[in-house]
Amino acid sequence: MRRIIERLISSLLLMVAVSIFTFLLAELAPGDYLAEMRLNPQISEETLTALRARYGLDQPLPVRYLRWLQSIADGELGYSFARNMSVGPLIWPRVGNTLLLTSLAAVFSWLIAIPLGVWAAARPGSWIDRTSLGATAVLMAVPELLLGLGCLLLAVHSGLFPVGGMTSVGSEDLDFWQRTGDVVWHLALPVLALILASLPTLFRHVRSAMLDALDAPHLQAARGHGIDRQRLLFHHALPAAANPLISLFGLSIAGLLSGSLLIEVIMSWPGIGPLLLDAILARDLHVVIGVILVSGLLLILGNLVADTLLLLTDPRIRR
Amino acid sequence: MTAVGTPGRSSKPGLLLRLRTWAPASILVVVAALVLAASFVAPYDSAQQHRRLPFAPPTRLHVIDTTGALYGRPFVYPVTASMDGTYVEDRSRVVPLRFLVRDGNDTLRLFGVDAPDVVFLLGSDRFGRDQLSRLLHGARISLFAGLLAGLLAVGFGLLIGAVSGFFGGWIDHFLTRLTELFMVLPWLYLLIGIRALLPLHITPTQAFTLLVVLIGLVGWAPPARLVRGVVLSAKERDYVQAARGFGASDLYLLWRHVLPQTLPVAATQLAIRVPSFILAEVTLSFLGLGVAEPVPSWGNMLAALQEYHVLVSYWWMFLPAVALVVVILCFHGMAGIVQRRVEAS
Repeated sequence: MRRIIERLISSLLLMVAVSIFTFLLAELAPGDYLAEMRLNPQISEETLTALRARYGLDQPLPVRYLRWLQSIADGELGYSFARNMSVGPLIWPRVGNTLLLTSLAAVFSWLIAIPLGVWAAARPGSWIDRTSLGATAVLMAVPELLLGLGCLLLAVHSGLFPVGGMTSVGSEDLDFWQRTGDVVWHLALPVLALILASLPTLFRHVRSAMLDALDAPHLQAARGHGIDRQRLLFHHALPAAANPLISLFGLSIAGLLSGSLLIEVIMSWPGIGPLLLDAILARDLHVVIGVILVSGLLLILGNLVADTLLLLTDPRIRR
Repeated sequence: MTAVGTPGRSSKPGLLLRLRTWAPASILVVVAALVLAASFVAPYDSAQQHRRLPFAPPTRLHVIDTTGALYGRPFVYPVTASMDGTYVEDRSRVVPLRFLVRDGNDTLRLFGVDAPDVVFLLGSDRFGRDQLSRLLHGARISLFAGLLAGLLAVGFGLLIGAVSGFFGGWIDHFLTRLTELFMVLPWLYLLIGIRALLPLHITPTQAFTLLVVLIGLVGWAPPARLVRGVVLSAKERDYVQAARGFGASDLYLLWRHVLPQTLPVAATQLAIRVPSFILAEVTLSFLGLGVAEPVPSWGNMLAALQEYHVLVSYWWMFLPAVALVVVILCFHGMAGIVQRRVEAS
């Protein structure tokens, strides 16, 4: 329990560090939305000064940082000049969409990676092992960009899947189940692309963790006692191999987030990826740092969950 | 890691194994040579447009003409665009492919055809620019950006990791926390975020430099952490302690005894990071945040695929992605070999 609290505190500190870092990033950036307005001859110097005062841009740096923190606490995350609204209501629904995409992809890729990795490790050198190693080696070299474009091509050619987006036109009129079905239909290809992107790394880690576990003396002993294969693999080896895999789970979230950014942009999934890109092109800095902050927080949260799981499952660390 | 045959056979490795060891490096050497000689190998300048031939398919090389006569060297037929955007070969006239020709600007080219006819071995893009020429010139940007950023990141990581591990104390504490901070942020978001805060409209040279520095600075954390680990164990070795006892200075110890031990890790990291940094440049340029037209990079060439009709109709627009996959595969192969060597020694 004490360990978990320690992790919690260090995660909090890390979050504060991330927030200071992103805030400084935005402050150090040359030019903001108002600076671009200055170029417009129809806006007078007085208007600009008034605007600066209104948005608190004339305050010293620490004050601005505290105000920004305050607005994070309120769930507003600063102010979007380009859209004339708080960043919070802009980001949260998008975060939900991104989480839907990434968590589904995470669940499915683990569901595929674990049996496949265990199977391959149980028979090293067999055809299944070599085929999956070869296939993942190739898949690792295929960038998410290409996976996304490939899935899009599949959608256009086959006509079985929608070309991008999250909902069909007129889906507001459907009942709940039809709407859910519509979203699932739109989810299929982006999730597939993300699974293909994250599967190779997961598979390879599961395989090597299992190989290490199967090599351990207690498993050799268990094998000597004649415990049957299924039980040996899933009851004895897999729990022993779980430790590095749980840490990997925390780390794999970063990969999924980065990967989903591109997939979202290519397949026009309304997540935080397209929002970030639009904000950059509009030089809407508060939205940009809001998105970076939120993605950092998601990552820290993922690692925290992984660490807690590790503490719960591994008695060696708990002690 | 992977089974590479029984010990008895290892003294005389099989052909397949030897091929696997040498193929990645050889392919990369060939690619590097092609790219360095881009303005000689490519038949056109990367920005030269043929406005009447947009999205022309790859030009077919022939050696036998319509009468069945065999030619000593390949030739092409002139192509014309019909109204519906498809291309037809005009089989009435033979255009010989010439080697070692000088073009209009008096540049020596490996091959080409006499103007106004054209040869697009890999097709053309929306402005009728030769894909092969753009692919080769674009590789200069994409591959060298990745390589330079990799050197920068590993060099920076080496410095930070060495200082952090060797001196310890509060410096180590601070640098380790900083490393953690950089590893915790999803790096693509960080990269795009920092890029967002810099001016959007800049010259290609500025963009190239900016990308290299940016990618290098965002990517230093993983090598730094690994180097720190090696340094921590290296500085406790007996001979390092002995040298310290003889009164060697910190700088001497670091340079002479500790840093050489980190080189295997640095080499492996370089082989691992470079492909992902090449990919980072491609990604940023794809999103319109990197090197801009008319200068080609594999990323901004692929950006054309964001339009559905290009994606569906013109398969040769995918070629930069194919080249990218081949290069990344080779780097992964190299990384595997370097890693096995390091583990064996």
